[in-house]
Amino acid sequence: MGNYLKLVALGAVALFAAIAASWGRDTAYIVHAIIILGVSGFMFIRVLRQMEEPAMPAPTGYMDDVVRAGVIATTFWGVVGFLVGVVIAFQLAFPQLNFDVLQPYGNFGRLRPLHTSAVIFAFGGNALIISSFYIVQRTCGARLWGGNLGWFVFWGYNLFIVLAATGYLLGSTQSKEYAEPEWYVDIWLTIVWVAFLAAFLGTLFKRQERHIYVANWFLLAFIVTVAMLHIVNNLSIPVSIWGSKSVQVFSGVQDAMVQWWYGHNAVGFFLTAGFLGMMYYFVPKQAGRPIFSYKLSIIHFWALIFLYIWAGPHHLHYTALPDWASTLGMVFSIILWMPSWGGMINGLMTLQGAWDKLRTDPIIRMMVISLAFYGMSTFEGPMMSIRAVNSLSHYTDWTIGHVHSGALGWNGMITFAALYFLTPKLWGRAQMYSMSAINWHFWLATIGIILYAASMWVTGIMEGLMWREVDANGFLVNSFADTVSAKFPMYVVRGLGGVLYLTGGIIMAWNIYMTIRGGVKVTAPVGVPAE
Amino acid sequence: MSSKDKKDVDDVTGIDTTGHSWDGIKELNNPLPRWWLWTFYITIIWGIGYTIAYPAWPLINSATSGLLGYSTRGEVAQEIARFEEANADIMAELAVADLETLDQNPELMRFASSAGAAVFRNNCSQCHGSGAAGAVGYPNLLDDDWLWGGDFENIAYTIRHGIRNEEDWDARYSEMTAFDDILSNEEIDAVVQHVLAISGQSHDAALALAGSEIYLDNCAACHGDEGLGNRDLGAPNLANNLWLYGGDPATLEQTIRYSRFGVMPPWGTRLTEAEIRAVTAYVHQLGGGE
Repeated sequence: MGNYLKLVALGAVALFAAIAASWGRDTAYIVHAIIILGVSGFMFIRVLRQMEEPAMPAPTGYMDDVVRAGVIATTFWGVVGFLVGVVIAFQLAFPQLNFDVLQPYGNFGRLRPLHTSAVIFAFGGNALIISSFYIVQRTCGARLWGGNLGWFVFWGYNLFIVLAATGYLLGSTQSKEYAEPEWYVDIWLTIVWVAFLAAFLGTLFKRQERHIYVANWFLLAFIVTVAMLHIVNNLSIPVSIWGSKSVQVFSGVQDAMVQWWYGHNAVGFFLTAGFLGMMYYFVPKQAGRPIFSYKLSIIHFWALIFLYIWAGPHHLHYTALPDWASTLGMVFSIILWMPSWGGMINGLMTLQGAWDKLRTDPIIRMMVISLAFYGMSTFEGPMMSIRAVNSLSHYTDWTIGHVHSGALGWNGMITFAALYFLTPKLWGRAQMYSMSAINWHFWLATIGIILYAASMWVTGIMEGLMWREVDANGFLVNSFADTVSAKFPMYVVRGLGGVLYLTGGIIMAWNIYMTIRGGVKVTAPVGVPAE
Repeated sequence: MSSKDKKDVDDVTGIDTTGHSWDGIKELNNPLPRWWLWTFYITIIWGIGYTIAYPAWPLINSATSGLLGYSTRGEVAQEIARFEEANADIMAELAVADLETLDQNPELMRFASSAGAAVFRNNCSQCHGSGAAGAVGYPNLLDDDWLWGGDFENIAYTIRHGIRNEEDWDARYSEMTAFDDILSNEEIDAVVQHVLAISGQSHDAALALAGSEIYLDNCAACHGDEGLGNRDLGAPNLANNLWLYGGDPATLEQTIRYSRFGVMPPWGTRLTEAEIRAVTAYVHQLGGGE
């Protein structure tokens, strides 16, 4: 019966997609309809072929095959996202790289959302989904709820990534930062996300342990809040159901406020709460030490959840946003400082009694530097939300540097550490194929981040000062183009930092591939002191 | 799992755990770090104070305005007012100054050129370049090749009213004919060769000779018999090999076939009288002023 329902649903989707492909009004929509037609057609045939097969006994044990697929997807999207980042970094330094033959697809304007979505949603999102699945099963002592629901979430989410990425290249965007995909892609993500929530909650309900582990609080907050943010910020009315264009429900400063309520909490709940969930599992596991303080987990969790949601207006200082909203955004951002640092303290202090592992275990080293960058970004963020600081930093590259010290340092490093933790366990290997390659990755990534962040601090503060520089009579000293040309050397350094970070990512991909293939390369542990 | 009466103690630190264990992960019962808690309290107290001092809490129809009476718009307005007050006298002097004799008043001249440079960077550099060297379709202001005249009066007029715009009835206006439908392909080729000849570039002499006849019939009325241009009409000089759109055969053919229609907005409605005089003085002293 269930299979018949599936067939009807898939058939209906395929039929609708076929009609949409022929009636579509723009290229992006038509290409997406063809992709959906292909996917639903494939699934239709697959279900049809399985119809007469006898039902398999329900599998037992942890559902790890979806996590294995996710490790590969995360690695793949990571390398893709870093590569596009390097390309657009050099496009900014050398605008000639916007080659005429690649227009309009290879334009900076289209590649930039491809980069941000690839690293945040494809690399970060896959990492979050699979770590959620892995962590919730392990800490609840229960198999992932919902049968194949985990697979639906994984493939559904990656279909969303493909639709978003191809949409950007073909010029389909609703022009909201980090929420660029158009209406039908948003609806699809909503469906996938609800399935994600169901799988997570279902597993939580089945747990063996009476108490819920702190990592799961953070992961649940991440899933629930992202659903809320995604739905409200994407409220829009399609111009036609046969086209990709839609019109936002909010307008003017209300739209801006909703966008940055979303945008800031994408940072707060996707990149902070979600990744703290990862941190709270992988750091104690890798260190083999208990979490430093249960009380701190509780207090900083609830304070973080309560405060983060109000901080968005600091993205709109000195704009049409009323002053009262901007003040509140700034005040909540500053009060958020200590709750954010609670996670860093709990992570770092968990290494109490295991600090010696910093010398021998490059994975621990990645976790520590990740927490250090987390602490630095969550101090820098509140500081930049202060109106007086923001009047210098806003619209400059300082913001870009801030985002990347958090994204490359905190999110990237903790994800690499998680992948290095997961890969040998999931494929039944003693350890990663090459521990010294992890060490190389660590240093390449760290130096890359330092080049990136330092060059963006310099160029950001420089351009902020140049913009506001006036002579004794109050006349502006620099034209905008002067500030752009002054940034050139720092843009080259930033690009080089990106190259190092990308190289580290490629080394990781190779290392994961070799580990999966089997055969651990036996070498002395890294950094063993001379006897 | 340990029961409540039997404490589970971590060997390394000697601290109690909460007694839970998830996949082998335990939690220590450490208190909140003191410095952390106090910093948190201090930020909260500061936050309350700040929201009393500054506009913060939304009410039904308005919001609290804060004890300090601060507003972001007020902050900017104050800063602008401070400079305007300081500059008021010299601005008033500049607004009625005779630009021809400006160099006899060094203080005013210095003020005018730094004010003019700032006006230029904010309003003109987007098209003419921050160094005023222009770009394709946007005149170079550093040389002495003027389309509409390079003395103070003409520069000021161009800035005030603009060129071929629809906003200002006094804008400078002229329109070159598009010869695509008027001349044959051979005739256009010949005129191109003629223009190459008078601008001193390599050309086909026989074609150019044929082209000179067509030029005199169709082009000379504006550009002059010798191709020296006419500033009353904004008709460019074709003989000095300085080009707005380009002097190669392909670009010349494009220009002759389809014409050009460069537009400059009027600045009289956007800049003050003193600012117009200042930017006029600035452009005049860039190198080509007459």
